[in-house]
Amino acid sequence: MILYELIDYGTLRVIWWVLLGVLLIGFALTDGFDMGVGALLPFVAKTDTERRLVINTVGPVWEGNQVWFILGGGAIFAAWPPLYAVSFSGFYLAMWLILAALILRPVAFKYRSKRDGKTWRERWDWALFAGGAVPALIFGVAVGNVLRGVPFHLNDRLMPIYEGVGFLKLLFLLNPFALVCGAVSVAMLLAHGAGWLVLKSEAGPITERARKIGSMAGLVAMGGYALAGLWLLVLTDGYQLANAVPDGPSNPLLSEVTKGGTWLSAYVERPWIIVAPLMGFAGMGLSVLGLRKGWGFTILASKMGIFGMIASVGLTMFPFILPSSIDPASSLTVWDASSSQRTLFVMLVAAAIFMPIILAYTAWVYKVLWGKVTESDLHENANSY
Amino acid sequence: MDLDIVELSRLQFAMTALYHFLFVPLTLGLSILVATMETVYVMTGRPIWRQMTKFWGTLFGINFVLGVATGITMEFQFGMNWSYYSHYVGDVFGAPLAIEGLMAFFLEATFVGLFFFGWNKLGKVPHLIVAWLVAIGSNFSALWILIANGWMQNPVGASFNPMTMRMEMDSFAEVLFNPVAQAKFVHTVSAGYVTASVFVLGVSAWYLLKGRHVELARRSITVAASFGLASALSVVVLGDESGYDAGLNQKMKMAAIEAMWETEPAPASFTLFGIPDSEARETHYAVHIPYVMGLIGTRSLTREIPGIEQLVEEAHGRIENGILAYDALMEIRGAKGNATQDMTDRFEAHSEDLGYAFLLLRYTDDPRNATPEQIQQAANDTVPHVFPIFWAFRIMVGLGFAFIGVMLYFFVRSSFKGMTYPRWALYGAVAVIPAPWIAAEMGWIVAEYGRQPWTVDGILPTALSVSHLGVGEVLFTIAGFVIFYSTLFVIEMGLMIKYIRKGPVQDVEETEIWMKRHEARLAGPSAAPAE
Repeated sequence: MILYELIDYGTLRVIWWVLLGVLLIGFALTDGFDMGVGALLPFVAKTDTERRLVINTVGPVWEGNQVWFILGGGAIFAAWPPLYAVSFSGFYLAMWLILAALILRPVAFKYRSKRDGKTWRERWDWALFAGGAVPALIFGVAVGNVLRGVPFHLNDRLMPIYEGVGFLKLLFLLNPFALVCGAVSVAMLLAHGAGWLVLKSEAGPITERARKIGSMAGLVAMGGYALAGLWLLVLTDGYQLANAVPDGPSNPLLSEVTKGGTWLSAYVERPWIIVAPLMGFAGMGLSVLGLRKGWGFTILASKMGIFGMIASVGLTMFPFILPSSIDPASSLTVWDASSSQRTLFVMLVAAAIFMPIILAYTAWVYKVLWGKVTESDLHENANSY
Repeated sequence: MDLDIVELSRLQFAMTALYHFLFVPLTLGLSILVATMETVYVMTGRPIWRQMTKFWGTLFGINFVLGVATGITMEFQFGMNWSYYSHYVGDVFGAPLAIEGLMAFFLEATFVGLFFFGWNKLGKVPHLIVAWLVAIGSNFSALWILIANGWMQNPVGASFNPMTMRMEMDSFAEVLFNPVAQAKFVHTVSAGYVTASVFVLGVSAWYLLKGRHVELARRSITVAASFGLASALSVVVLGDESGYDAGLNQKMKMAAIEAMWETEPAPASFTLFGIPDSEARETHYAVHIPYVMGLIGTRSLTREIPGIEQLVEEAHGRIENGILAYDALMEIRGAKGNATQDMTDRFEAHSEDLGYAFLLLRYTDDPRNATPEQIQQAANDTVPHVFPIFWAFRIMVGLGFAFIGVMLYFFVRSSFKGMTYPRWALYGAVAVIPAPWIAAEMGWIVAEYGRQPWTVDGILPTALSVSHLGVGEVLFTIAGFVIFYSTLFVIEMGLMIKYIRKGPVQDVEETEIWMKRHEARLAGPSAAPAE
C-alpha cells in the first residue's frame, strides 16, 4: 500500500505539529474554563447553594472537556513517541501530581453533593480547587522548562536518560522563569473561568466576585507574559538547528543542534508569527475589559488570549519541541521525533474522520445545555452536583 | 539495568491496572443494562422502567467516574514508568490508544454529562439515544485498548527499523484485525456484561429479601438474568477462542497455564488440580483429565502442545540467532547511514529474534559477549511463574462456568416460574456479587503476568522497557497510589452502599397517572370515563 505516501513525510510532520497545538489549545480552551472555575470556587462562592451553582455551571461538560487532555496524551504517544517518552518520564513526579489532581477532580465533582455534611462538602470543594489550580500551575511550569531546555540525553539505544535524582528533579523544575510561566498559566485560566461564570450564572454575588478576581488575574497573565518574553530575550538561551531534514528518520541523534542566541530571533526569521503574541495581549486585554464591564461574552476574548499565548510558545520554538540543555544533539524537533510516515498518515485519516464528528456533537451538547444555571435547576434534577 | 526499578514499576503497573479493572467491567455492562431499561421505558411508557433507568444510572455514575479517573493513570504510566517501551513501540501501540480517545472517550464522556443533566432538557427518544451513545462509547474504548493490548500479546503488522531503533507499523489493518485482539475484546466485554448482570441480580435479590422495591427488583432480575446468561456463555466460548489463539501465538503462556513441563503426546490431558513447582519443574499431586487440553489448545487430536522444557530449548536457539541480529544491527549503526548490503541482509535474516538478544542485557552490557551460561540463564528466564498463572486460570474458568449456572437458574425461574425465587437462591445471589470481580482480576493475571518476561511478546523484554528513574521516586508514587486509591475505594463503596440502601426514587404521582390511564385502556374505549 502506498496510500500513505500521498502526503510527504515533512508535511505530515508539520500537520501533526499543528494538531498537537490544536489539542493542547483545545484542552486549555475547554477544560481550561472548568479548571479555572474549580480554582475560583472557594473564593467566588461562600454558601453551599452558591457553590453548587458554580459547580453545576461546568457539571455536565467537564467530563467531555477533560478528554481533550487525555486525547492530547494519546496523540503525543502515537504521533511523537520520543516526546511522550522523554517528557512523561523526565517530569515524573510533576506528572504524578497532575495525575493525582486529575483523579481527584472527577471524583470531587461526582461525589461532593452525594452526601450532606459541611466537612464532607468543604473537603471536596478544596479538592476541586486543587484539581484546577495544580495542573494549571504545573503545565505552565512545564512550558517554562521546555523553553529553557530540559536536562536529558538519549543513549545509543535512544533510551531517554534524565539528569538528577528524585525530588531534586522536581525542585529544579521550579526555577524562577518556570514559575513566572506557571503564574501566567494559572492566571489566564482564572480569567477564563471567570468569563464562563459570567456567561452561565445569573448576575449576583457570584458574578461580582468572579469579575473582580478574573479581571485581576487577566492583568497578571498579561504582565507575566510580557515579563516571560523579556526574560527570553535577555536571560535565556535559545537553540538552533543546523541541518533540517524534514523527511529524515526519526532519530534525534542525527541532528546538529547548538545552544545559544535567543528564541526570539524566530520573530526576525518569520515576522508573521508576531500575530500570536498580539492575539494573546489583545484577547487577554479585552477579557479584562469585558469582566470589568460585565459583558456576557467575555469568554470569547479570553479564548482568543489563551489561543495567542499558547500558540506563541510553539511558533517561537519551531522546529524544536523539546530541547536538551545538557546535550543539545539529543533535542527533539519536528523533523526527528515523530512516528513513521505510515502511522502519521493513518492517524491523520482517523483524526479527519472523527474530529468533525466530535466537534459537531460537542456543539450540540452545549446547545442543549444552553442558558444560565439557576437554583431551580438544582432542585429539579436529582443528579445535579 | 536496575532491577529494583523494573520490579517496582511492574508492581505499580499491576496495582493500578488491577484497581482500574475494578470499575471498568461494571461500566461496560451496566451502561448497556441501563440503556436497555431506558429502551423498554421509551417503548412501553411505563414509569417503573424510568425509575429503574435512573436508579441503576445513579450507581453507574458513581462507578463510572472512578473508572475514568483511574484510566488516566494507565495512559500516563506508559510514558512515566515505561519510557523505553514508549519509544520502542509507540509507533504501533500509540495509534490504537489515540483512536480510543477520538472514537470512544469523547463519545462516552461528552454524553455521560447529558445523560444525567438532560432528563428535563431532552425528549424521550433523544435521551435514549444519549444513553446508548454512552454505552457504545464505553464499549468502543474496550475495543481499542484491547487492540493495543492484543498487539503486545501477538505483535503483528510491524517490523524493526534500525535507523530509528524501534518497531514501526507495516500494516494498520493487521494490527486492527489481530485475531488475539478480537477474541480478547469479545471475551473482556462479555466478562463486563456478566459482572454487571451479577451486580444487578445481587442488589435486586437483596431488595427482594428485604421486601423492598419489589417491582423494580423483579424486573431488574429478569433483565439481568437474560442478559447475564447470554454473556456468561459468550465469556466461556470466547475465552476458549483466546486460549486457542494463545496456543498458536504464546506457547509459553499456554504451557504455564497448564503447568506442562514436558511435551506430552497429542492429545494432551488437562490438569484439573496440582501444585506446580518451578524449581523442580514438575507438578505435584496432579489430577489429569485426558484429551481435554489437546482439544482446547489445538482443536485436533494429533497436534502436540509443546511443553516448557522444549520451549526453553527453542528460546535458547532464538537467543543465539538474536545475537547475530544484534551484531548486524551494531554494525549498521556504526556505519552511520552507509550500511553495506551484507549488514542489512544479515540483520534481516535474524531480525525476528532481536528481542531474544535483549534478554541477555540483564546479564551483560553487550549480548555479543554473552557466555553460554548467560545464554542458558536468559533462556530459563522465558518461563513465567507457573504457580500463580496455573491457579489464576483455574479460578477464572471455574467461576466462569459457575456464572452460567447462576444465570441459567434465575433465567428459568424468571421465565417459567412466575418470577418467584426461594430465599436461599436470593441469599446466594447476594453472596456471589464479588465473584465476577475476582474472575476478572484473575483473567488479567493470566493474560499479563503470563506474558512475562516480555512487555511485547518476543520483541521487547520487560526489564528493558522501564524508564530511567530513581527507586525513591517510584516508591513515592507507589505509596501515593496506595493511600490515594484506598481512600477513594472506601469512599466509593460507602456511596454505593448508601445509594443502594436508599433505593430508587419513587415517582408516586407519575406512577398513579400512568396506572389510571393504563386501567382505562384495559377497560376498553366504551368504558372510558365520560367527562
